[in-house]
Amino acid sequence: MITVLTITVLVLIAIAIWQMTKIFELSQLRAAKNETATDKDNKVNGYLMFAFLIFIYGITIFSFYKYTKVLLPEAGSAHGAEYDDLMLLSMAIIFFVQTITQFLLHYFAYKYRGEKDKKALFYADNHKLEFIWTIIPVIVLAGLILWGLYTWTNIMDINDEDDPLIVELYAQQFNWTARYGGEDNVLGEANVRMIDIDNANVLGLDESDPNAADDVIVKELHLPVGRKVNFHMRSQDVLHSAYMPHFRAQMNCVPGMITQFSFTPIKTTAEMRQDPDVIDKVKRANKIRAKRAAAGEPNSDPWEYDYILLCNKICGKSHYNMQMKIIVETQEEYDKWMASQKTFGGNAATGVAVQ
Amino acid sequence: MSGTHEHDDDHGHHHKETFITKYIFSMDHKMIAKQYLITGLIMGFIGIAMSLLFRMQLAWPGESFPVFEALLGKWAPGGVMDADVYLALVTMHGTIMVFFVLTAGLSGTFSNLLIPLQIGARDMASGLLNMISYWLFFTSAVIMVISLFIESGPAAAGWTVYPPLSALPMAQSGSGLGMTLWLVSMAIFIASSLLGSLNYIVTVINLRTKGMSMTRLPLTTWALFVTAIIGVVSFPVLFSAALLLIMDRSFGTSFFLSDIFIQGEVLHYQGGSPVLYEHLFWFLGHPEVYIVILPAMGIVSDVMATNARKPIFGYRAMIMSIIAIAFLSTIVWGHHMFISGMNPFLGSVFTFTTLLIAIPSAVKAFNWITTIWKGNLQMNVAMLFSIGFVSTFITGGLTGIILGDSTLDINVHDTYFVVAHFHLVMGISALYGLLAGVYHWFPKMFGKMMNKNLGYVHFWITAICAYGVFFPMHFVGMAGVPRRYYENTAFPMFDELTDVNILITVFALIAGATQLVFVGNFIYSIFYGKKAEQNPWRATTLEWTTPVEHIHGNWPGAIPEVHRWAYDYSKTNENGEYVLPGQDFVPQTVPLQDGEEELSH
Ligand code: HEM
Ligand SMILES: [Cu+2]
Ligand SMILES: [Cu+2]
Repeated sequence: MITVLTITVLVLIAIAIWQMTKIFELSQLRAAKNETATDKDNKVNGYLMFAFLIFIYGITIFSFYKYTKVLLPEAGSAHGAEYDDLMLLSMAIIFFVQTITQFLLHYFAYKYRGEKDKKALFYADNHKLEFIWTIIPVIVLAGLILWGLYTWTNIMDINDEDDPLIVELYAQQFNWTARYGGEDNVLGEANVRMIDIDNANVLGLDESDPNAADDVIVKELHLPVGRKVNFHMRSQDVLHSAYMPHFRAQMNCVPGMITQFSFTPIKTTAEMRQDPDVIDKVKRANKIRAKRAAAGEPNSDPWEYDYILLCNKICGKSHYNMQMKIIVETQEEYDKWMASQKTFGGNAATGVAVQ
Repeated sequence: MSGTHEHDDDHGHHHKETFITKYIFSMDHKMIAKQYLITGLIMGFIGIAMSLLFRMQLAWPGESFPVFEALLGKWAPGGVMDADVYLALVTMHGTIMVFFVLTAGLSGTFSNLLIPLQIGARDMASGLLNMISYWLFFTSAVIMVISLFIESGPAAAGWTVYPPLSALPMAQSGSGLGMTLWLVSMAIFIASSLLGSLNYIVTVINLRTKGMSMTRLPLTTWALFVTAIIGVVSFPVLFSAALLLIMDRSFGTSFFLSDIFIQGEVLHYQGGSPVLYEHLFWFLGHPEVYIVILPAMGIVSDVMATNARKPIFGYRAMIMSIIAIAFLSTIVWGHHMFISGMNPFLGSVFTFTTLLIAIPSAVKAFNWITTIWKGNLQMNVAMLFSIGFVSTFITGGLTGIILGDSTLDINVHDTYFVVAHFHLVMGISALYGLLAGVYHWFPKMFGKMMNKNLGYVHFWITAICAYGVFFPMHFVGMAGVPRRYYENTAFPMFDELTDVNILITVFALIAGATQLVFVGNFIYSIFYGKKAEQNPWRATTLEWTTPVEHIHGNWPGAIPEVHRWAYDYSKTNENGEYVLPGQDFVPQTVPLQDGEEELSH
């Protein structure tokens, strides 16, 4: 079906191209075949330049109108708001510059289209003008850099203040595992050389390390709302990247080293599900899913919003499906969930970190 | 020129030329340029076809297509594309487009064609090295294409081939023989590029004709010259990265590998770091994008000035910005690695240098816009592609401000936002530069004119589709869709992106089909095109003073002397008359006229 459609489209395009060539040819009014631009060509293409300007504005407006809704909802982390503000400002500047420069470029192309006996202006230099348009980007960029670097330094300053929860994100082809420090909130030593699949030591924990025994290893990441989390990322095979778009957070997982990222979740999953943007998004997705269900297609179960961890560094065949659910919940819910887990040493986890 | 045919130069004696020495193992720079161009276009055809295949998979995930079955065979069982081959296609598409089309195809073609012609030289400094350079390039292209057909599949670790994925055959089938061939091909490619670049540099420095000072060089030559320098500085670093990767793969060293457990087994590697590879790769990789774009910038500058019938605005500023970009391009590589695990302080430094490089780029954009202001624009096809270049360069360049900001990069790194950004600023822009160059210098290469109407159709459809493909793609990225995903169906949050993915793919298919118009025009015009005049665009530069029929040594008589810069378009005397009566341009070979001032350019 699709093939037929594609072929039809291609045939139509071929016809359109042929017709357009004809139009261009007719527009040359029997002038001697000349492969350089004539006044007529200049005029037609000058007008088309103007039309193209409208097209660029049009596709911009169209995209904003149609696709703003697909963008990520409001951030679920403490630093996310600042990230979003900086993004908004940068975008505003970009769109301002884009609108003006595209206008000038295409408008000039239209306005100064060539005509016989027209004289171009011999205008080779103007130091003042050049100085102005060097200094303006310098100032604007300096402002963006300062703000950007200030935010960057804050985000990347990973420290142990405010009693952060310590969590390891462990990547392998093609799934994620999370490990909590347990009662002592300290991760036991680990190395891939100590992996012992037969004895269920899949993350290579050092069994002789006293800190390891109370570690909790899980396949679904739960985080208490409002508490800073320090992530330690590890990978056992190839590069992966722990991408948590709803938290504006990402860090590569590199075999042979431990990388870090830190953020504070500020909205529980339940709260996110109440966010009007999220509600709309879920509705739209479920409409598509309902249609699929009606057509008997796969991937049609209704969806409920969840935070998600994706792999964002090419890591092999199933890179596109390497994910883990993240649940942000209240401290009580978290404690309850934690209490239902087993520690590495085999005991029931207590959940509450010793303060 | 005076009509005396003094055969005072050594090119005078005619050796017998056979088909082999003329068309195959030619040492003539003009023939080598054509070889580069045609090889590059063929590779471009393959690369773009690949992108159409994987774009179809993205729009209609898991759908069965007979084309897949026909082209991919066992990798598309039942016509459904396999996830491994998706990655292989993306990888080979990126590799081919960046290195084989836009590095060799673009700067190889135009450096060879234009450097000797524009500086007034009979040929490159070393015709032999030049020939070897082309044949090494050809060999590397053949090896790369062969790798598509091997049992275990071609390299599939992304065009950046980061280890450990690229180093471990058990991580991915493409990391077996396919990866070996990729590395061998690239090593040969680098050798070719170095030989070519050294030749270009020496030629520009030593073989300029009398009067052709550096400040009279056309900007195309300036750009090609600086491109060659960047290549010589940065390609050896990629070579060392490739070499170390080969050692890790084949000889058990641990430069990039450490602590790996894969398929139930601990590997012996210890102490290496994948981040080191990233540094080495991007030390070339970033300059590489300027290797791709600078020649396009040079071409666009000259094509614009010629067709605007105006001097390029701010000639000196243009040169300074080329040099500034070249210099800065070697100290910004870390912006590809903000979240690689590298020290965050380094990230701050690279943010700073990256936003610095935006400044010369902005200056160039403003200067191009001013160049067409109050011009008498001749809308030849090359001119349209040049204007298109400035448009896409601005659109794509602006989003660089976001990606270059380490903070903002956190959430868009490796998403489709990046894909949209670099296609506009580097892929499409450089492709426009290449096409502008082909339309503009086709008469010089083949002695024929290309059909302009087919050219107009080609341009307008391509221009619309380029925006149609890559503008909405920014939104896909900002919705959080990672690149190099075989399909987005595993995440319900991406369900609603199906529409936009179909839209993008339809635009891509139309764009791809439209390139056939160009191919047809190109081939047809070589054989049946209208015969070209000597100087069809009424340009000032030296290449248009050579005869239409190619001869060894370029000029039949003495090499012309240069008396002025390359941009005396529409220059008038004080009385408002053109310097040369009745002609709105003054070729570089024309001495200063009575009472004419030479501006201090
Ligand atoms: C019809 C035109 C083109 C289309 C539709 C297209 C499409 C794409 C898409 C969708 C991707 C991302 C795939 C993914 O990450 O999963 C991609 C990757 C890429 N493309 Fe293109 N592209 C086109 C032309 C070009 C050109 C002219 C260049 C020249 C620079 C280019 C260079 C690249 C590179 C370097 C990559 C990255 C490959 C990788 O991720 O390893 N493409 N292309
Ligand atoms: Cu992964
Ligand atoms: Cu870069």
